[in-house]
Amino acid sequence: MGWLANLVSTGTLSQVLVGLSRTTILFIVSSGLTLILGVLRIPNVAHGSLYMLGAFSAYTVISLLGGGLSAFLAALVIAPMIVAAFGFVLERGFFSYLYDREHLMLLLLTFSFALIIGDLVKIVWGSEYRSVTVPEFFQGSAEIFGLPIPYYNLFLLLIGPFIAVFLWLVINRTKMGKIARAAAVDAEMVSAVGINVGWVFAFTFVLGCFLAGLGGALIAPMVNISLGMDHSLIMEAFLIVIMGGLGNIWGALLGSLIFGLTQSLGILIWPQFGIVFPYLAVVVVLFFRPKGLLSPTW
Amino acid sequence: MKKTHVAFFLLLAALCSLPLFLPRFYTYIAAIVLLTALLATSLNLAIGYGGIYQFHHAVFYGIGAYGTALMLTRTPMPAALGLLVGPLASALLSLVMGVICIRLSKLYFGMLQISLGSLVWATVYRWYSFTGGDDGIHGIPLPDRIATPDGAYYYTLAVTALCFFAMHRIVGSPFGKALQGIRDNPVRSSAIGVHVKAHQLVALVIAGFFGGVAGSLFVVVNNSVFPDMMFWTFSLEVLIMCLLGGMYTFFGPLAGASILVLLRVFVSVYTQYWSLLLGAILTLVIIFLPDGVLGYAVRRFRPVEGRRA
Repeated sequence: MGWLANLVSTGTLSQVLVGLSRTTILFIVSSGLTLILGVLRIPNVAHGSLYMLGAFSAYTVISLLGGGLSAFLAALVIAPMIVAAFGFVLERGFFSYLYDREHLMLLLLTFSFALIIGDLVKIVWGSEYRSVTVPEFFQGSAEIFGLPIPYYNLFLLLIGPFIAVFLWLVINRTKMGKIARAAAVDAEMVSAVGINVGWVFAFTFVLGCFLAGLGGALIAPMVNISLGMDHSLIMEAFLIVIMGGLGNIWGALLGSLIFGLTQSLGILIWPQFGIVFPYLAVVVVLFFRPKGLLSPTW
Repeated sequence: MKKTHVAFFLLLAALCSLPLFLPRFYTYIAAIVLLTALLATSLNLAIGYGGIYQFHHAVFYGIGAYGTALMLTRTPMPAALGLLVGPLASALLSLVMGVICIRLSKLYFGMLQISLGSLVWATVYRWYSFTGGDDGIHGIPLPDRIATPDGAYYYTLAVTALCFFAMHRIVGSPFGKALQGIRDNPVRSSAIGVHVKAHQLVALVIAGFFGGVAGSLFVVVNNSVFPDMMFWTFSLEVLIMCLLGGMYTFFGPLAGASILVLLRVFVSVYTQYWSLLLGAILTLVIIFLPDGVLGYAVRRFRPVEGRRA
């Protein structure tokens, strides 16, 4: 019953809050992935590499601007833009010609992009660790229920819902979002009524890449920015997307919550095998709901 | 067909004579090529012939290797039994995972399999007291006859040849034909009375078993096992081998595996940017040769009436 004692200890709450701030990153990255998968039907394995590119770009922007809060906030805008521009080139250069290929081919094509981007990052930034210090504004921690929670984690907790609402507005309240949703269901019909579906797809892909870059920039102060940070994340993001329902933004949010919380609580309950809990959660969810928790777009 | 048989035996004879003139290191590489070819061909049974999205095949390779390694290091059983237990464990795992995943199709199947496979990987990776955790197991004791590099090579060659023969028979059997029918049109196959899911499940178990055999061969050749063997990136690499050689040909994955393993050995001498090259090759193959190198050769050089689907 040791694990039960662990679970009700005071550490649980702080573990939950840390898990929730990690959930924010997972949500931002996997919402981009689910958008691309839902609308363009591309299982984008390179999404994790774009996230890594975002983190490295944020490092460069911050060190070029000399650090501080303004440099950090600038990096949160510029790094995702760099990644989005990169995504635009990928979409126009390759994917726009290959939409009718089967999933397996697209999966392997994006895997090959992941390999290429991984080595390009190695060529540009070298293979050493990079790190970004948390800006002074976010240093220190708040006392919540008598537990210290770093300000930066609180910032992440605030930004998650903000992104979710923003995405909901883009998808449901803008013309572009409505067209993208229609194209997800029947791209041929959308083009038949005179809409250039190619540009809608490009917009969606670039938005997804922007989110991947934003996730990378946000995680930058919390971890060592290193090669290989793409591999662990992309698998988690894919499982979240499948668990939540393909193409469903709220599904991505729900999936991220489940994944982030089982991850942080799992390690608390059973330190040695804690890392298996999120995978177990995915298996259980897919066993009972084969198409994911919420309805997929296709 | 006769010509293929002659070519096959010529290839076998050439492979038999390799250790006579190759240095030790290249004999080792040749053995790795053989067992990787076996691994890729076993995956092709599921994905090329069965049309099942087997995304995490490396798990069966890894379990075959770990099963064998654990039997050899932790039990006093004869080595032959250990070499058999590994592949059987893979087949069993394949059955269990297959029963769970088979209800789903295509992308969902693949992702659930990756999830289950990651579960297995994470367990092996963390269970230090039993599997050695991320260090793996090293210095696995082997019988004297297959402990030398030449012995290991000939053992690998014999087993691989036997497995290729068996898989070729399976693909050509009524079961194999039914499987290909399911791949091309599951609805029609089911309408004429073929039990779709049962056929696919059997195909998964067979693929898992031969993947496990490749894993047990890895133990013989490399004398060690480590959890990276069953990480999902390796599964995608094996998929690349199938794609590169050609998924709809029997010997395509063999060609793909040989190209990739040899290329990696020779290119790594000159550059550390192997992934960049691999990614570039893969991109070109997907865009220009979607049916693979061997598939392209078959299409290009066979007269029209001799073509097979």
